[in-house]
Amino acid sequence: MTALLVAPFAVPMIAAVLAMLGHRSVKLQRILGVAGALGLLVTGIALLIAIERHGPQATQLSGWDAPFGITIVADLLSAIMVVISGMVATASAVYSAATVDARRTAFGYYPLTNFLLAGVAGAFLTGDLFNLYVWFEVMLIASFVLLALGGERPQLEGAVKYVAINLVASTMFLAAAGLIYGLTGTLNFADLAQRLPEAEPTGLVTAIAMLLLVAFGVKAAAFPLFFWLPASYHTPPADVAILFSGLLTKVGVYALLRTFTLLFDHDPGLIQPLFLWISSTTMVIGVLGALAQAEFRRVLSFHIVSQVGYMLLGIGLLTPLALAGAIFYIAHHMLAKTALFLVAGAVEGTRGSRALAQQGGLFERRPRLAMVFAIAALSLAGIPPLSGFVAKFVLVRAGLEAEAYLVVAAVLAVSLLTIVSMVKLWNEAFWKPAPEAEEGEGPTGAPAPAATSVGTATATSAGGGRWRLAAQLAPGAALALGGIALGIGAGPALDLSMRAAEQLLEPTAYLEAVLGEPA
Amino acid sequence: MEAMLPLVVGVLYAAGFYLVLRPTLGQLIVGLALLTNATNLLIFTAAGLSRDGAPLIAADSETVSGAVADPVPQALVLTAIVIGFGVLAFFIALAYRVYRTMDSDALNDLNSTDRLDIGGLDAGGEA
Repeated sequence: MTALLVAPFAVPMIAAVLAMLGHRSVKLQRILGVAGALGLLVTGIALLIAIERHGPQATQLSGWDAPFGITIVADLLSAIMVVISGMVATASAVYSAATVDARRTAFGYYPLTNFLLAGVAGAFLTGDLFNLYVWFEVMLIASFVLLALGGERPQLEGAVKYVAINLVASTMFLAAAGLIYGLTGTLNFADLAQRLPEAEPTGLVTAIAMLLLVAFGVKAAAFPLFFWLPASYHTPPADVAILFSGLLTKVGVYALLRTFTLLFDHDPGLIQPLFLWISSTTMVIGVLGALAQAEFRRVLSFHIVSQVGYMLLGIGLLTPLALAGAIFYIAHHMLAKTALFLVAGAVEGTRGSRALAQQGGLFERRPRLAMVFAIAALSLAGIPPLSGFVAKFVLVRAGLEAEAYLVVAAVLAVSLLTIVSMVKLWNEAFWKPAPEAEEGEGPTGAPAPAATSVGTATATSAGGGRWRLAAQLAPGAALALGGIALGIGAGPALDLSMRAAEQLLEPTAYLEAVLGEPA
Repeated sequence: MEAMLPLVVGVLYAAGFYLVLRPTLGQLIVGLALLTNATNLLIFTAAGLSRDGAPLIAADSETVSGAVADPVPQALVLTAIVIGFGVLAFFIALAYRVYRTMDSDALNDLNSTDRLDIGGLDAGGEA
């Protein structure tokens, strides 16, 4: 079992080291890039099957018993997150194998993506607060470099904002970890879960909870801490943005889910309404921001913010159904959003521009790409029978059961606005005639300055033969199909989410697995 | 010592946040450095200061003898220093690259990607 628990982050890490050793061979690095992601997916599935059969599992690294050593622990939520991350990572790796140019490969694109995956998987599987901080940093440092890799002006601008805000958030996380250790003398999640309810003064526990809320809120891009996301996600080449969009904010959401179900349930009168407010405002502000944008990836970036709101709703309502809905929503979102970013990358590669005004006519030119977009966009908006409908339906029902009518109204209104925004993307990028036919019709008619940087990143791919086009299309199509499967097979998937939610709310099995004795 | 360190931490945080909000890259970097170090000191202080001995186990013994300092916060701070140092080094390199590319260290110039009309001619930014 130890091997199974460690493998999801060990495999990408080994792939990263091998890719660094083989830095002379672009081909070898490409293979290792895909292999690391595929390894994450395969080990994740194996882990999920094991957890599903035997309940939460834990192992103590280097043989130090909990709570003294570092615990690696997986319950259903961790395992589900690892599996979905593996899917997203594999799709992104296949796409980037076709689009990453020799220069970025030479500067370590493939080792960096694999380190990022290791950080993500480690964060999902750790059972220790400080260890979580370390995995966060592994993930963040890899993402810092990936964001700036290439050194175009927009990338540098985005990277400064992204690095600065994340550094501030990390110091808050660290401060909270230090305070929690001073208060309880432990950092192990399971041990904390037992000691925090008795910790005095409770005011300090609340203060620590708020520090962690801000720290994870920044990483998850929740209102009012989301401004770094739409300011940076559209600046790197598409392949990097694809990986970020699917994985990074969800690690923040996972950390919030874990800490606020396991550790900080001491003051539901404060924390639950706070989360309801955060999630509703995040949803609404995010979707309004998306409506105002005129660039494919910036629209999608604001939608990430909007959907983080849905995921946080689970913590706000804190019922089994709401948490199950949130978990299902995370899975749905990661698949659909990554598919949309994959399409955005392919659209930019075809048109050589990021601005919607310069796009158009793609329905005729690349009908299959248009189909992938349509499926993922409709799923995001919540049209049955796609996965987004099920996710939103469950959340709405949980909201009605908890009599949180304002929040339910927000969920429904935001869904409507999401459709409006997706229709706008469809019209601009796919449906309207190609811009040659209507010159001067865009906001200014001038070529975007960003176009050059997109061009350098994807020009090789745009004219690079059929297999490159296929490698750009296939991952998005696979994820969109996954979304359909998740929608049609919603019964078993929801059942799994329900059980994951129950494990979160009733963590006795988790505590037993870590501490080794009936709690 | 116990009374001094919280004050030092507080002053470092205040100075750090002030500098982070200032308009140039250089001030941002120094501010972030102060914030990370304030946090390291905070961990150290919050976990309890002591003048006890080093937590070493004698060769002929299974446990420590006498009163010893808690080694965990020291390990945490050490890890945090290493991580903070690495990230800061990266950020300084990034800032230098930004300065070379933009020929400016004003954070207000870093807004060309935030304009709504990115396709417009005026997207280059106005200082």
